[in-house]
Amino acid sequence: MESILFYILAVIILTAALFTVTTVKIYRAVLYLLIALLGIAGLYFLMDYDFMGAVQLSVYAGGVMVLFVYAVMLTEKVGEPVRKIALFRRIIAAVTVLLLMGLALYAIWNFDFPTASNNKPTTINRVGEVLLSTGDGGFILPFEVISVLLLSVMVGAIVIAKSKKSKIENHD
Amino acid sequence: MSDYSWVIWIPVLPLASFLLLGLFNRYFRKEPIAAYIGMLSLGIAWVLSLYTAYQYYFVSGIQNGKYIPYLPFRWEWLQFSDHLSIELGTLIDPVSVMMLVVVTTISFMVQIYSRGYMHGDSGFARFYAYLSLFSFSMLSLVLANNLFQIYIFWELVGVSSFLLIGYYFEKPSAIAASKKAFIVTRFADFFFLTGILLIGYFAGTFDIETLNSMQTLKWIGAHPGPVFMGLSAVTWALILIFIGGAGKSAMFPLHIWLPDAMEGPTPVSALIHAATMVVAGVFLVARLFPLYYFTGDGFTLRIVAVVGAFSALFAAVIALTQEDIKRVLAYSTMSQIGYMMMALGVSGYEGHEGMGYMAGMFHLFTHAMFKALLFLAAGIIIHAVHSNYMKDMGGLKKYLPVTHWMFLFAALAISGIPPFAGFYSKDEILHAAFKYNTIIWFTGFFVAGLTAFYMFRLFFRIFYNGERTYEHPPKENSKFMLFPVVFLGILTISAGWIFTPFSLYVSPTREPFSYEVHYFSPLVLGSVLVALTGIGLAYLMYYKPTDYPSRVARAFGKLYFWAKNKFYVDEFYLFVTKKIIFDKIARPFAWFDRHVVDGMMNAIGNTTLWISEKIKFIQSGRMQEYGMYFIYGVVFLVMVYYFFNF
Amino acid sequence: MIEGISIQLILTFTTLLFFIGLYGFLTRTNLIGMLISLELMLNSEAVNFVAFNQYLYPGKLQGSIFSLFIIALAAAETALALAIILQVFKMTGSTDVKEVKDLKY
Repeated sequence: MESILFYILAVIILTAALFTVTTVKIYRAVLYLLIALLGIAGLYFLMDYDFMGAVQLSVYAGGVMVLFVYAVMLTEKVGEPVRKIALFRRIIAAVTVLLLMGLALYAIWNFDFPTASNNKPTTINRVGEVLLSTGDGGFILPFEVISVLLLSVMVGAIVIAKSKKSKIENHD
Repeated sequence: MSDYSWVIWIPVLPLASFLLLGLFNRYFRKEPIAAYIGMLSLGIAWVLSLYTAYQYYFVSGIQNGKYIPYLPFRWEWLQFSDHLSIELGTLIDPVSVMMLVVVTTISFMVQIYSRGYMHGDSGFARFYAYLSLFSFSMLSLVLANNLFQIYIFWELVGVSSFLLIGYYFEKPSAIAASKKAFIVTRFADFFFLTGILLIGYFAGTFDIETLNSMQTLKWIGAHPGPVFMGLSAVTWALILIFIGGAGKSAMFPLHIWLPDAMEGPTPVSALIHAATMVVAGVFLVARLFPLYYFTGDGFTLRIVAVVGAFSALFAAVIALTQEDIKRVLAYSTMSQIGYMMMALGVSGYEGHEGMGYMAGMFHLFTHAMFKALLFLAAGIIIHAVHSNYMKDMGGLKKYLPVTHWMFLFAALAISGIPPFAGFYSKDEILHAAFKYNTIIWFTGFFVAGLTAFYMFRLFFRIFYNGERTYEHPPKENSKFMLFPVVFLGILTISAGWIFTPFSLYVSPTREPFSYEVHYFSPLVLGSVLVALTGIGLAYLMYYKPTDYPSRVARAFGKLYFWAKNKFYVDEFYLFVTKKIIFDKIARPFAWFDRHVVDGMMNAIGNTTLWISEKIKFIQSGRMQEYGMYFIYGVVFLVMVYYFFNF
Repeated sequence: MIEGISIQLILTFTTLLFFIGLYGFLTRTNLIGMLISLELMLNSEAVNFVAFNQYLYPGKLQGSIFSLFIIALAAAETALALAIILQVFKMTGSTDVKEVKDLKY
């Protein structure tokens, strides 16, 4: 039952991803990305990691998607196809990617993973304890650092995105 | 009070004066201030030197019938090994005290004289700064207690000489002369340095007292080091050191810089190129005299004697023919230094055997006085006539009476007429040479005659030789210039008999001994006679304008011509450097450097340029291309890692 | 851990997802498009970490926490990148990747 669900999800995600990278209309790409992200959230739920799925939904499908939508709305003429790269280049890129992918898959299938077999769902409780623990294996420091990082990114994004029109006009 | 700690002030005062005048040159635009700073520092140094001399020679120097050395100041500077180190220190012994007196006296006189001579020159303060620098370096050289310190100040003396010769730096000839002096002496100093290093290696010390101690001499005698061309390493070192000394003292064949050095201001010629710096070579040999005497059976001393005698003769012959009065004096200086070297070369060591050494030092002392006097007098003459050439002079006696008398005294002194200073020292030299070797004695004897002749040729042609009218009547109008001349004139008259016997002060073993001057011995009478003959000949030829000189010149034919052209030594050097060294050696090296060494560098540079020109398209600015390169890199690394199992 | 699905299968899936993203990154001419591809790649990584955690070290949380951090960093990175893209658009009037070619100077 779960394996069938996995296959279905995988097919949905990969298809959405393929459309994401191949569609000529950028707004559609964003929407396909949304589907892929939702699918991945489903995957997290499937792997008994509910918290992660929730984060995926709220941060990615909620926050990041909104950013993308706004960026597209601000910069692109919605519905107009973007410039397509030459076929020759696309083939080269595809060959390169397939080459590396082949290598990666070869590595994955030739490696004996020491799989453990007990099944234990990850509870939010545990995640919170580990994140805020100061003891062995605790993540309090990275947690704090990442909060500072997010703050600085917030400030940085505002500063960068703020209009510097006068300067640019002079430049032109 | 016999710790002599005040001695350190003697070099330090001129140094202070140099720093003050040199660094704050622009604030000393007013001449008197600069001059009085220089004079004051040297004056105090002079008084201190005289006091040192009094203390050393008459009060506390002698203990148990022997002068003992004092080391009032001593600071270890560089420690190489347990035994070998370089110190900075002051060594007080008879020779250095005598040199202190000579250097400070002449320096002080020249400082006073320059106040008049350089009057109105735009670089007045600079000139005084250089003079002070020179005095500082020379005094430190004289006081040095080890060879390395001597070498340091030896170079510093060379630098100040370079600066002062090139003082009129807008004159191309002065620049050429200063460069020549510097290069030639530097060339000689290279040998000096090699010699010092050899000594340091084979004798194990740079310290002069240690080097000259009997213990070290015996040790060196027992361990002479490896033998090269029949001479031991230490002997070679001494020869190399002598070459250094010969360069500074203008001995043949390294003398070519001295005549050209006369391009400098005349006070400089008097101070550096007559009285003090050029005798540094003599001083150096005298400093290491026991080492020279005992190493290799005094082989090096024989070289010193021969080189000295030859230089004396060679320079005297050239001096006969020169027209520029300063050049005559320059060759005369070279000749007299040759005398001193010869005296050192023929000297023995103990007791009366050390007569030559004593005489050489005595001659150094008296020569400094009368040669400085001659140059200063020549400076007055040049200042008055505005020319260096004898043909522009004549009949100057009635214009420059004081200078005339002083010049006469100095000329008599250098000719060796009693009772002037030069007589005593010169006759001791000839005496010592006679005991040593007849040929060397005869050379000295003959040179004495030549000296008398060319000095009086100079004298008569300047002050007599008919009447002559000048556009601007020459006058002795500067008291600053007359005072030193008169003072040195008095010394020239009196120094000889006051300080005889000089061996009471300076002797190789530092044990004072006394001797009698035999005024009526055949040797003395002979040398006085030959000097008088020279004077007489000069009187006949030059007292009145006659055609004797040209007839004599024609009679000598080629020899006269060669001597007039300084025996083509300069041309020989030019030939060797330009035609042989530059053309045959330097040019191939330059070619090699330009084409092979530089070529390789250029090839590397050009290849880099070429390659970057070819591959610069890689940096296209397209992110995706960079991504591709990155991926190919990853592919490559993964394959390497995976399939070759690194 | 998903019943009946081996870790190799999950990894194959994430690899495919990753290389689809990479292909997008290489072929997109649009800066936003490239960023979207980048998001795909990041997501496949996050899934990888969770899968490693669940299959190899169940009961431990390090891998999962890393995925959390990846998401946080991805959000930060997206915000910054979009700000830069906006600025590029203001300067050049387009978000085409060839417009930023001059940045190499």
